[in-house]
Amino acid sequence: MTVNRDQFDKDQGSGAAVMRYLTLEDVRDMAVGTALLGSGGGGAAHTTLLQLEAALAAGQEICLIDLSAVPDDALIAPCGWIGAPTVSEEKLPNGIEASRGLAKLEQVKGQKVFAVFPIEIGGSNGLSPLLIAAEQGIPVVDCDGMGRAFPESQMVVFNVYGCSANPIVMTDEKGNSIVIEAATNAEEERLARVLSIAMGGTCHVIDYSGSGYQMKQHAVRGTISLSITIGRSVRLARQAGEDPFAALMACLRQSSYYSHGGVLFDGKIVDLDRTTEDGFAVGRVTLEGFGPTARSAAHSVDRMAADRIAPDRMEVEFQNENLVARRSGRIVAAVPDILTFFDRETAEPITTERLRYGQRLKLVGVSVPPLLRTPQALAVFGPQAFGIAEQYQPIEILNGWL
Amino acid sequence: MRIGIDVGGTNTDAVLMSDRTVVAWAKRPTTRPVEDGIIAALTAVLADSGVAAKSLEAVMIGTTQFTNAFVEARGLLKVGVIRLASPSGEALPPMIGWPRPLRQAAEGQTFLLPGGYEFDGRDIAPFDAAKVRAAARKIRAAGLETVAITSVFAPINASMEEQAAAIVHEECPGISITLSSSIGRIGFLERENATIMNASLSALAREVVCSFHDALRELKIEVPFYVSQNDGTLMSADYAAKLPILTFGSGPTNSLRGAAFLTGCHDAIVIDVGGTTSDIGVLISGFPRESSVAVDIGGVRTNFRMPDVLAIGLGGGSRVHLDPTRFGADVLTDDDFSVGPDSVGHRLTSDAYLFGGETLTMSDVAVSAGLATFGDAGRVPALSPTVLKTVMGRAHRLIEDGIDSMKTMAGDIPVIVVGGGGALISEKPRGASTLLRPDHASVANAIGAAFGQVSGELDRVVSYSGGMRDQALADIRTQVTAMAMAAGACPATVEVVDVDEMALNYLPGQSVRVRARAVGDLKFS
Repeated sequence: MTVNRDQFDKDQGSGAAVMRYLTLEDVRDMAVGTALLGSGGGGAAHTTLLQLEAALAAGQEICLIDLSAVPDDALIAPCGWIGAPTVSEEKLPNGIEASRGLAKLEQVKGQKVFAVFPIEIGGSNGLSPLLIAAEQGIPVVDCDGMGRAFPESQMVVFNVYGCSANPIVMTDEKGNSIVIEAATNAEEERLARVLSIAMGGTCHVIDYSGSGYQMKQHAVRGTISLSITIGRSVRLARQAGEDPFAALMACLRQSSYYSHGGVLFDGKIVDLDRTTEDGFAVGRVTLEGFGPTARSAAHSVDRMAADRIAPDRMEVEFQNENLVARRSGRIVAAVPDILTFFDRETAEPITTERLRYGQRLKLVGVSVPPLLRTPQALAVFGPQAFGIAEQYQPIEILNGWL
Repeated sequence: MRIGIDVGGTNTDAVLMSDRTVVAWAKRPTTRPVEDGIIAALTAVLADSGVAAKSLEAVMIGTTQFTNAFVEARGLLKVGVIRLASPSGEALPPMIGWPRPLRQAAEGQTFLLPGGYEFDGRDIAPFDAAKVRAAARKIRAAGLETVAITSVFAPINASMEEQAAAIVHEECPGISITLSSSIGRIGFLERENATIMNASLSALAREVVCSFHDALRELKIEVPFYVSQNDGTLMSADYAAKLPILTFGSGPTNSLRGAAFLTGCHDAIVIDVGGTTSDIGVLISGFPRESSVAVDIGGVRTNFRMPDVLAIGLGGGSRVHLDPTRFGADVLTDDDFSVGPDSVGHRLTSDAYLFGGETLTMSDVAVSAGLATFGDAGRVPALSPTVLKTVMGRAHRLIEDGIDSMKTMAGDIPVIVVGGGGALISEKPRGASTLLRPDHASVANAIGAAFGQVSGELDRVVSYSGGMRDQALADIRTQVTAMAMAAGACPATVEVVDVDEMALNYLPGQSVRVRARAVGDLKFS
């Protein structure tokens, strides 16, 4: 089945458009939004942007449709890349991965894929399904499976609410393709992780594919258009010489889902401990604040006072995504709430694999949709799922934003 | 006493510094080759001050020659690119995203060959010597003079790049070879871009560095000489000849540091108005604001650490495109004329009306408007007050728009104007709290070069096993700081500016390659 363009309302003036074609500017704006929602993960978008630019220049089109426009019985494929983003900085795709995966899925399911969407809206993974959609001439649906990015494949709303990941299709740049029928969704993660390492630390995955009806029940809606809106607000603020962070927060306050946000810290990276381990980029980054506390005390005549005041430090632990932020030992935000670093001057988002010693950054924290904060959801991707001792508390409560 | 030299696109400046005092300075046109301009500027400062060549301690040269050549796609060699990565990376071929003119100037032949490493040290595909040899033969047959070789994870394992280089060297004797492992860090596409850029500049680099040598030899200056790097530190001339790309960004760094030195102002916007462009940068606490992630040079993305600078196509040599029949016009609309971005560059002193030429430049307009006095104002055709006002107004707007896009916070901030074309900024721009024009502003770059910092660098494989990371890093910090001091840095100013760790997963015992860099101000004798 291909898209019947006539069945969609193309007139954006007549209320909420159910379909539109994305421009290069939309896609560039979206990259800023997906980087924010990615909580440091999902991979840096640059190489995907270059491919999208080439696709648009070659006359391919990116058709974005609303979830409501998807037929209930259509086959929808969530797509994304699994692995360590530190690896995908170096090893770039061949170009065959996603199309091979889609073909394999269609073969297994005996049904054509009607549309794709990002399994996670974060980072490059939020953008890469657009490339597939452009290449295959099928639409991309305005939704995702996480409302952010998470490091593990079972950390997805479809799993939280009982859907199966099967069949799982993994493909790599060498032409390998593997179909898994996993006993459980947790088993999928274990098997897919081992295979991703065997495939060289990064590969394409299609899992949790299903009917349009199923997606309408569970997917996090509108996250592609929200990402575009976020990026646009930052761009327009920069062009107008206004504070991009203020614009970002204003934009989030207006969204129905991600309503609480703020700058949690402003400082410079003084330590970065990052390795590629068990197929993930894991580690810890420490920032020291620019605030007056440490510096003025150090220059104070009262040396005793200087000794008493420890430098203001923020420590963030990550596993592909930023997981938990502690300021001088006290938690200020934790998964599933979003933690993203930005260049403090230009408001350019910086994913975990691009952090570097000495960078001057702002750490932005954002609340996630209620769908991701239910007890069932927290059991799958709350702090305890990552071995963090402290119980989850919403970011807006931890920081007194209410 | 030491000499700072700035070889710009239009002018070559020299300053003679004694401690923190400018003893003499000179500005001469940049020549091609650059040797004569350097000799002229050096001769002038030495004559002016009466200082003998033998009492000099060091010469520091900053140059935008390589950046300018690249951005203008001038004097570039076509590059043979050998990428060892297939089947990975084929979705993003070399030079993807490059602006067309640069691609046309630098693209020779491209070979996507099997190779590269996985993150755990395995081969992505085995190295294929026969294919590399065949590529090298094609490169030779095509008459290419320079080759860029890149492979996946080369900063962790350079072996395949080195094997390929050996084969290219055999097949194409004398060809210039740049390896990505000698250039950059993790981030394949950015590193590959930088490698190709460097390769395309290899002939110009040899020529320019040779000119530096010849100019100093001609004047019997036999002291060590250094070239400014992107972060304001100094490198040896031989190093610069091999890796000209390391000078990218040194121009803005030098002018920002020079501006901070001349004004004592540590938080400001600095506009360096040159002959071809105005470069707008930001000083924060006395240091250039750096871009955090990637830097576009002429539209090509790299991962160098560089000052975040916006170059706008407005300088003293910028051409003013206005029909001569309208020079006396009483009414001028925006569509009647344009300013830049093309420039007469170093030909200002022959092509501009002021110097007997027949091209209308911003310098002609500024002198006619009474904002500067140089050249022969009498040779400039009569320009009506409307023309003067409208053209200067356009220049002013370009500058204000540039300031706007560099400012990241609301509120006015001091603006420092430096560079030879400073007269183009005739009044306080919007967004400026004050407009500062320090003495010697026109040679701020050369002053910045003379204050080049020295660095200590360490690149070592260490083991983190047994929880030794903190100890290992502390040792490295101590050592690299000591190295910077040994290189002549004043201890109080030394700062560890970079610590880069790369886990070598294919080696046992948590082996990590650590690269660290400490930087400090040169101690005055």
